[in-house]
Amino acid sequence: MLQKSSAQCGLDTDLHPPLTPHEAAVESDRCYFCYDAPCTTACPTDIDVPLFIRQIQTDNPSGAAMTILDENILGGMCARVCPTETLCEQACVRQEAENNPVKIGALQRFATDTLQSAKDHPYTRAAESGKQIAVVGAGPAGLACAHRLSMYGHAVTLFDANSKPGGLNEYGIAAYKATDNFAQREVEFVLDIGGIELRQGQALGRDFQLDALAEQFDAVFLGVGLADVNDPGIGTQPLAGVVNAVDFIAELRQAADYSKLDPGKRVVVIGGGMTAIDAAVQSRMLGASDVTLVYRRGAAHMNASQYEQELAQTQGVLIKHFMQPVGFGGDDRGNLSSVEFEHTTLDENNRLIATGERTSLDADRVLIAIGQNMEVQSLSAVSLDMQHNRIVVDSERRTSHPKIFAGGDCVAGGEDLTVTAVQDGKMAAEAIHRQLG
Amino acid sequence: MADLKSNFIGIESPNPFWLASAPPTDKAYNVNRAFEAGWGGVVWKTLGEDPHIVNVNGPRYGSVHSADRRVIGINNIELITDRPLQINLDEIRQVKKDWPDRAVLVSLMVPCEEKNWKGILKQVEDTGADGVELNFGCPHGMSERGMGAAVGQVPDYIEMVTRWCKETTSMPVIVKLTPNITDIRYPARAALAGGADAVSLINTVSSIVSVNLDSMSPEPSIDGKGSHGGYCGPAVKPIALNMVAQIARDKETAGLPVSGIGGVTTWRDAAEFITLGAGNVQVCTAAMTYGFRVIDEMSSGLSRWMDEKGYRSINDFVGLATPNVTDWQYLNLNYVTKAKIDQDKCIKCGRCHVVCEDTSHQAITQQKDGVRYFEVIDKECVGCNLCVCVCPVDNCITMEKMAGGTDPRTQQKITDDYGNWTTHPNNPMADRSAPAADHS
Repeated sequence: MLQKSSAQCGLDTDLHPPLTPHEAAVESDRCYFCYDAPCTTACPTDIDVPLFIRQIQTDNPSGAAMTILDENILGGMCARVCPTETLCEQACVRQEAENNPVKIGALQRFATDTLQSAKDHPYTRAAESGKQIAVVGAGPAGLACAHRLSMYGHAVTLFDANSKPGGLNEYGIAAYKATDNFAQREVEFVLDIGGIELRQGQALGRDFQLDALAEQFDAVFLGVGLADVNDPGIGTQPLAGVVNAVDFIAELRQAADYSKLDPGKRVVVIGGGMTAIDAAVQSRMLGASDVTLVYRRGAAHMNASQYEQELAQTQGVLIKHFMQPVGFGGDDRGNLSSVEFEHTTLDENNRLIATGERTSLDADRVLIAIGQNMEVQSLSAVSLDMQHNRIVVDSERRTSHPKIFAGGDCVAGGEDLTVTAVQDGKMAAEAIHRQLG
Repeated sequence: MADLKSNFIGIESPNPFWLASAPPTDKAYNVNRAFEAGWGGVVWKTLGEDPHIVNVNGPRYGSVHSADRRVIGINNIELITDRPLQINLDEIRQVKKDWPDRAVLVSLMVPCEEKNWKGILKQVEDTGADGVELNFGCPHGMSERGMGAAVGQVPDYIEMVTRWCKETTSMPVIVKLTPNITDIRYPARAALAGGADAVSLINTVSSIVSVNLDSMSPEPSIDGKGSHGGYCGPAVKPIALNMVAQIARDKETAGLPVSGIGGVTTWRDAAEFITLGAGNVQVCTAAMTYGFRVIDEMSSGLSRWMDEKGYRSINDFVGLATPNVTDWQYLNLNYVTKAKIDQDKCIKCGRCHVVCEDTSHQAITQQKDGVRYFEVIDKECVGCNLCVCVCPVDNCITMEKMAGGTDPRTQQKITDDYGNWTTHPNNPMADRSAPAADHS
């Protein structure tokens, strides 16, 4: 595993350096141009992968970029953050043939970088439709939805609670996955189509209410993400050093000077997803001497791909499995000093059970990354069907309210991936357009 | 150990690999390096009369590349030697003296006058060279002046000049043929009629390798203009093999020694030329792409293959494949094959399916039980081999001969009897009185 190059790892260094034109020519030549290609089937946004690779191969990288962006306007970010090893590249027939898939993600980046280095926005808007649509959340889902709606000539008002647009692309992923301010550059690229009014610092439920939105606008799209963090459920006093991983990553991503950040010396990260990995790796890169990632199940159960797990390990992160937190130890000044775990195992029905054995890990910082949740009270003005605190949508991303659509991490059954959020936004825009048509 | 020693029309060399008349054999410096590397012989780059010609001072070569810039073909607009005749003659004399066991032949091209050819032959003979090769092949530049391919495209001229040469010299005379002609047998027959000891082929194929879409100039571009260059390298090998075989199986020219040229890059290429009737091979582009050291691979590869097959000398396999080259009309129409896909090797790219579906006979499935599954439908398969050609996995799809039973496509019984077009019921010209003969 760990086939993607990661030798030059650092916070401001691309995890996967961009391909040179010659590398792209050689890599694209490896594509077999499969029929009904498995990579395309595996792509949540249905990008015609063989076509865009063939366009690169024939010295048409901008045409390749259009093939990508037609389906995924955030193709540039997805080229950087998609877990391709579990999506298109896992499906690549060369994976089956020789354990060495075509580097689809790197080629996608080559194409989108080429197009986006030219300043002109490649899409034009249809004539103004006179329809007004509110998009809540300028993350991947909202941006994709807004762009597609604008293409159709609708006027979009894009609300976002943060001071910068981009959502998790700006605040939630590791720095080395989106260097050179790429998240903001991509947002600018998307908004360049025109017809999208961005209103920043506007939080749903605080600054405006959903019922009013549904009345004022012809349709509403909710791409609000998951603003709440899951609580590990260890009822203890608040201790200095107990930090939510998403807050840590957001702070790091917005830091002007990494040397001003204190990552802690002995860091314990609790969780098994991409956020846990991103937090652990970045803690190491900031200078934490011991970083231990603890997950309550085994390696195969982790949401983070095998590639991500190995990336963490090569960056010096120790991964421990089958342990769950039961308490924090603190010193007399209210600082974290240790994390208590109990060991777990799976019973014959694959249910997680505690063994009774305990381990204490010394730590001056613990990063909690056991998942995020929706701030459901922000939706309280309208009663939407919910499931496990997520919004229920149909295949068109329509909620139980006929004018309200939703997508991205805040909907039930999602995969918590940038690429699926983009697909949700695109599908919702298509449905809204049909509905308003 | 197989003996690679070669005796081609009486000219001996330690192996059958000669460097063709081309830039690599333009000077003693290059030829000495070639012999140090182990080449069996050289055909010295074509000499002409003084005043020596000049070359363009811009690019002479253009190329066709794979994605990784592997050279697939090169074309050139370089002319014959651009050095004074005497310098070349002196160097040839010295090289032959220094390398007595290697073959040193000299390529020649002078105007189509008897005195010109007879004059230069005497000078070459004087160098101690082992033979001459008459350049009737180059398609570019010199042909505009009535030489090179301009001669090779007129069989009467070939015969005439060859005869002049044979009358003048006791050196072996090889006639180098141009492929830029509709039927290679005519110039070969003319060379034979003129008394040639051998023919060598092919010279380069007239070509334009690419067009610069910004400047609208063909490449290589000389101040915005390009010309018709000679194409060579791996891309032309199939053309060359075809022409070598045509000469080898032609009733009139069968037995005429052939020096095989055209895209010989590996030992296998050389072996293929020889099995189709070439007595040795000449190489240029492989050396111009990789340097002279490729001779090591060629020699060791050919030697190993000969050992495996039990061939002790080159002559043991010259022409072994020639009898198997036949006219279409004699191909066995009762030989029925079906493609077979090895499911363990299949990586499910679907290329066999789509090319069969779009461009052939709709004989390969796409799905089985809702999953990707590519399998040949024998009822539709005509055995065309396209799927084998496009499959990216070696040996995954094979053509299997049907032995007995009934062809599910035609409902015809499979027979071991040989049957060809000459007696086929659909052939209005069929001779129904005679049983099918496999060769006429």
